[in-house]
Amino acid sequence: MSDAGDNLRRLTGLYRMMARIRAFEETALAAHKAGEIPGPLHVSIGQEAVAAGICGNLRIDDRLTSNHRGHGHAIAKGADPRRMMLELFGRAGGYCRGKGGSMHIADFSVGMLGANGVVAGGIPIAVGAAQGLKMQQSDAIVTCMFGDGAVNRGPFLEGLNWAVLYKLPVLFVCEDNGVAAFTRADTVTAGPGVIDRAKALGVAAISIDGNNALAVDDAAQVAVTAVRRGEGPHLLHVRTYRITGHTSTDAAAWRPAEEVEEARARDPIARLGAVLAERGVEPSELGRMIDDARAEMAAARGEANAAAWPEPAVAFEDVQDTGAVAWSKSH
Amino acid sequence: MVEVTLIEASRRAVLQEMRVDSRVWVLGEDVARGGLWGQYQDFLAEFGEQRVVSTPISEATIMGAGLGSALVGMRPVIEMRIFDFVMCAMDELVNQIAKVRYMFGGQAKPAVVVRMPHGMWRNSAAQHSQMLEAWFAHLPGVIVVTPATPADAAGLLVQAIRSDDPVLFFDPKDLFWVTGEIAEPIEPIPFGVARKVTAGDAATVVTWSAAVPVATKAAELLATEGIKVDLLDLRTIWPWDQAAVIASVKKTGRLLVVHEAVEVAGFGAEVVARVVDQVGTTNLKAARRLAAPRVPVPFAPPLEAQLRLSPEKVVNAVKGLLAA
Ligand SMILES: Cc1ncc(C[n+]2csc(CCOP(=O)(O)OP(=O)(O)O)c2C)c(N)n1
Repeated sequence: MSDAGDNLRRLTGLYRMMARIRAFEETALAAHKAGEIPGPLHVSIGQEAVAAGICGNLRIDDRLTSNHRGHGHAIAKGADPRRMMLELFGRAGGYCRGKGGSMHIADFSVGMLGANGVVAGGIPIAVGAAQGLKMQQSDAIVTCMFGDGAVNRGPFLEGLNWAVLYKLPVLFVCEDNGVAAFTRADTVTAGPGVIDRAKALGVAAISIDGNNALAVDDAAQVAVTAVRRGEGPHLLHVRTYRITGHTSTDAAAWRPAEEVEEARARDPIARLGAVLAERGVEPSELGRMIDDARAEMAAARGEANAAAWPEPAVAFEDVQDTGAVAWSKSH
Repeated sequence: MVEVTLIEASRRAVLQEMRVDSRVWVLGEDVARGGLWGQYQDFLAEFGEQRVVSTPISEATIMGAGLGSALVGMRPVIEMRIFDFVMCAMDELVNQIAKVRYMFGGQAKPAVVVRMPHGMWRNSAAQHSQMLEAWFAHLPGVIVVTPATPADAAGLLVQAIRSDDPVLFFDPKDLFWVTGEIAEPIEPIPFGVARKVTAGDAATVVTWSAAVPVATKAAELLATEGIKVDLLDLRTIWPWDQAAVIASVKKTGRLLVVHEAVEVAGFGAEVVARVVDQVGTTNLKAARRLAAPRVPVPFAPPLEAQLRLSPEKVVNAVKGLLAA
């Protein structure tokens, strides 16, 4: 296979991954609106290039910590969307046996150490995982995904400082969608931003266009290689846009319509589709990948709707080995 | 058997486990220099700087990094230096460590030990003297250890390091230089088994941590007056030895719980409630608590002394119980 062929395959893989993430979240949104999924749901529509571009460069034994908007990260790291959908639906066959839901997807078998319901909560865990791997003389690395809102929490400063001190194999990824919940992040963030904060602590950091899957993929490849070589922590500041609201029930109506339209024009999936078309991929093939992704997720939704709820006793399991309370009908 | 201080007993426990299990590592401020209390003296020379890690003053990350390492198979001993600083790491402890196993459906067991030297010690005032162990008994997912003797500190610490559950280990600061015998090698002591300090029929006295020697002295004073009590040191408050306490109260009909922490909503309330529930009011003549008033710990020695337990206070409380 020629380099060009390899490259095309890589791009096609990125496209397919983004299409699957988008389809998963669109399906989940629809299911949430239909009352099939309980609880809060944070989707990342428009941000798929970040998850796909970064995680596509990781090995299965590399670890990942994620945040509340982490479906894409999990799928791109290799988690099974079927079991994720089951978890979103709160069903027994879900990744967490119905005890976590959307904000707590984890799949330790593919190195996905968990989404996190606490902003910046994954940062200390990521540096500790990296420290553990280093002690084990592993060459696996840890990628730590967080939003632009996380850089104003203490663990951001602590975690970056820590990773530099012990020269840990961590790739920090600040997924900057411009907003933290309902507030523009730049209105609550002093100074020139995350890159300067990282550099001030000695973390190698660059900023990239997060709606350009190729740019994310390239930058991630360089950063992952450096981190794996033992060059210490790196940070990627990935600028993107959250097309939808903060949660599934938030219309984000406070944003000017033109701003959202402009962002739609920069849609990462369409952009990579255009690149692929230029390189000779048939539009029908691109369409087929989208259709396949939608069919995969529709099937996952159908399966989840039909799946069994967890038995009541499950609420009492996996609390602790010693000192656990027993389930009984009278609770 | 060898006679050592409580802090030295705890040092030997961690040392013993680190020698046999390369997954065990220690992280916290100044630990490479032996730790604030000397509880890691000489560890650096033996285990090197990867396993004995002096950290920045970053409690959230000390706690969270310990957890992260556990998620890739390590067994960290997370040193908080003084209990009160755990307040800076509450997210990592309460929302992360206590939740990961449950929330992820059992995919991971966070085998961490968090050491938190607590309690009043040399007039350290309101931010360095607290006893909030009851908070953590309230928290599903963790073990809460509250030893009072060198042997118990050592044995429970060995058990804690070998445990797959997260263990919150409340080192009793005021008792660090009390001496006692420990066996070597140090055998683990199971969680949830009380130690009977003295035996008697007059009343049941339940206590833990720094209150244990005070209550022990009181039991000795009472004995000289012919009043013999069952004195139980719980050693761990979650799980706690309900069977031993209930059996004793069924025999004595009188319960006094003594703890250094604030009385209101303290763990004593849980003990009393459980005993009332299990023993019933017919056979229970009185169930009371002796603990601190609901005020922060003041600085000046005469002020602090008002909050402290004393053998006399315990003696009077037991006598009040007998009169009830
Ligand atoms: C410590 C903490 N504070 C507040 C929240 C509530 N909250 C959830 S998401 C969010 C915004 C986070 O912004 P960012 O990290 O930029 O991610 P985004 O939602 O924009 O993707 C907030 C405030 C939380 N989960 N954790």
